[in-house]
Amino acid sequence: MAEARDNSIEVEGLVREFKKGPRAVDGIDLCVEPGEIYGFLGPNGAGKSTTVLMLTTLLPPTAGTARVAGYDVVKEGPLVRKTIGAALQEAALDPLLTGREHLRLQTAMHGIGGDERKRRSNELLERVGLTEAADRKVNGYSGGMKRRLDLALALVHRPRVLFLDEPTTGLDVQSRSALWEEVGRLAEHEGVTVFLTTQYLEEADVLADRVGIIDRGRIVAEGTPESLKGEIGRSTVEAVPAEAGQRGGVASVLERFGSPTSGAPGSVAVQLATADGELAEIVRALDAEDLHISHLQIHEPTLDDVFLAKTGRHLEGASAREVEAEPEHAPA
Amino acid sequence: MSRALAIQVGYLARRSVLRTVRQPAAVVFPLLFPVLLLAVNSGGLRAETHLPGFPTSSFLSFALAVPFIQGALFATGNAGIDLAKDIQTGFLNRLALTPMRGVALLLGELGGVMGLALVQAVFYLGVGLAFGVRLKSGIGGGVVLIALAALIALGFAAFGAFAALRTGSTEAVNGIFPVFFIFLFISSMNIPRNLISTTWFRWLATANPVSYLIEAVRSLIISGWDGRALGLGFGIGILVVVAGFALSLASLSERLART
Repeated sequence: MAEARDNSIEVEGLVREFKKGPRAVDGIDLCVEPGEIYGFLGPNGAGKSTTVLMLTTLLPPTAGTARVAGYDVVKEGPLVRKTIGAALQEAALDPLLTGREHLRLQTAMHGIGGDERKRRSNELLERVGLTEAADRKVNGYSGGMKRRLDLALALVHRPRVLFLDEPTTGLDVQSRSALWEEVGRLAEHEGVTVFLTTQYLEEADVLADRVGIIDRGRIVAEGTPESLKGEIGRSTVEAVPAEAGQRGGVASVLERFGSPTSGAPGSVAVQLATADGELAEIVRALDAEDLHISHLQIHEPTLDDVFLAKTGRHLEGASAREVEAEPEHAPA
Repeated sequence: MSRALAIQVGYLARRSVLRTVRQPAAVVFPLLFPVLLLAVNSGGLRAETHLPGFPTSSFLSFALAVPFIQGALFATGNAGIDLAKDIQTGFLNRLALTPMRGVALLLGELGGVMGLALVQAVFYLGVGLAFGVRLKSGIGGGVVLIALAALIALGFAAFGAFAALRTGSTEAVNGIFPVFFIFLFISSMNIPRNLISTTWFRWLATANPVSYLIEAVRSLIISGWDGRALGLGFGIGILVVVAGFALSLASLSERLART
């Protein structure tokens, strides 16, 4: 087990059952190293948020153990809370308070004293780029501004471990990039361990040092994004016939190079049988059959392919169950 | 109270006041609605003062007690809805992740509501004085009246908080709010209990604790210093506060299921 001053997260056999429902989390094991960004990737209802609620002490586990920063989440809840910061799903902000008032309230709740309270609030407002908007009520903030304030609030007491539950859901590309940059900086320069849940493949791929893929309460794959994609190894070729009538012919040619897989509507896709690209050969084969293609592309393996390989389903739109959206007897 | 707890309560009470002040409807309606109802009742029921045994010749003086209770009932709704919103939006979870003590949340929320209740009480009293009501208990009675009104608001607000913490839903709190008004309507708000001729209604008004709250406030306006009425009013007020707090704290500890 970790030393008391580690920033690590260690989970063994963690289970959460809700009354009249399936196991939202069904015996997961994971280990997050200090200073690491761990991406917890899965569809809606996979058990991501329930896991975060347990690790942040807001929901008691049904079984299993979890230690955050060396403290047991069940037996040492107050010590866990002292060392962690969390921005839970959907920024929980008071629309009638200003950004500065939120920070003052949060610092006061953490017992940060008068002068330090003001200094820390100003510092965080500047860090997340909200100094100019600090005295505006939150109901006038954009989604990105709310998320940045949410992050600032999670950082007021200088946590060693940070939990971010789908921090970029609903954000535009620019806001998403800004948040990624700040999260990366926290891990790299301040040694903060980050546990990040997401349903965005790109987010896990770009931001996370390691990724755990969860489906139906179980971790189905874990590793660095590169190693996970490497396990799949094979690229996918997708072709859109110029004429709909040639779809069968295109499929028959492509299937010589690999096994059929799902692609965009109207296209034919195969996962190549070998790791090496065979695009030129495919083009020649299609040409030899006099088949005309309006669009042809090769996809490198993605985390979605990993998810597909492990679960038989695509991550996009693969809502497993909705047990974690409205769990019975969940906390506030 | 420790310094840390006092700071937490202070900030949460400040938040509660700011939220209320920034929603004009939450301030204006609790101030105006009871006064409008007072004006309507004072005009329509004035003839009651001719009933043998009616305790005063001014129906306005008799009815002025009612806005204080109505204002307290609005406090029930305000406290409950604010807390239910905090639960629904996840704001309570945010607070639960800090070292905040549960009692600080309740004291802060209810402290803010009580602040508004004090403003309401001063406003109702000012309206009464402006229209010729004179307190039989004098200036000291006015101070006691405001304190009693704040105590009643605190008690009702604690029940509003309980409803919110129990259900976690603004809709449920809104649904419960009219139930509290029924207690007001089956009380001695419009006529002294001894003059109610319908037996079942007199019996209900006698069994209804709200009657004694109204009568305590009313006694300061039309009777002077009535120890029995004040004892009953303050006693019931304190009981309501204690019961509301106990229920709210129990629900809060269930709701804040942090380990």
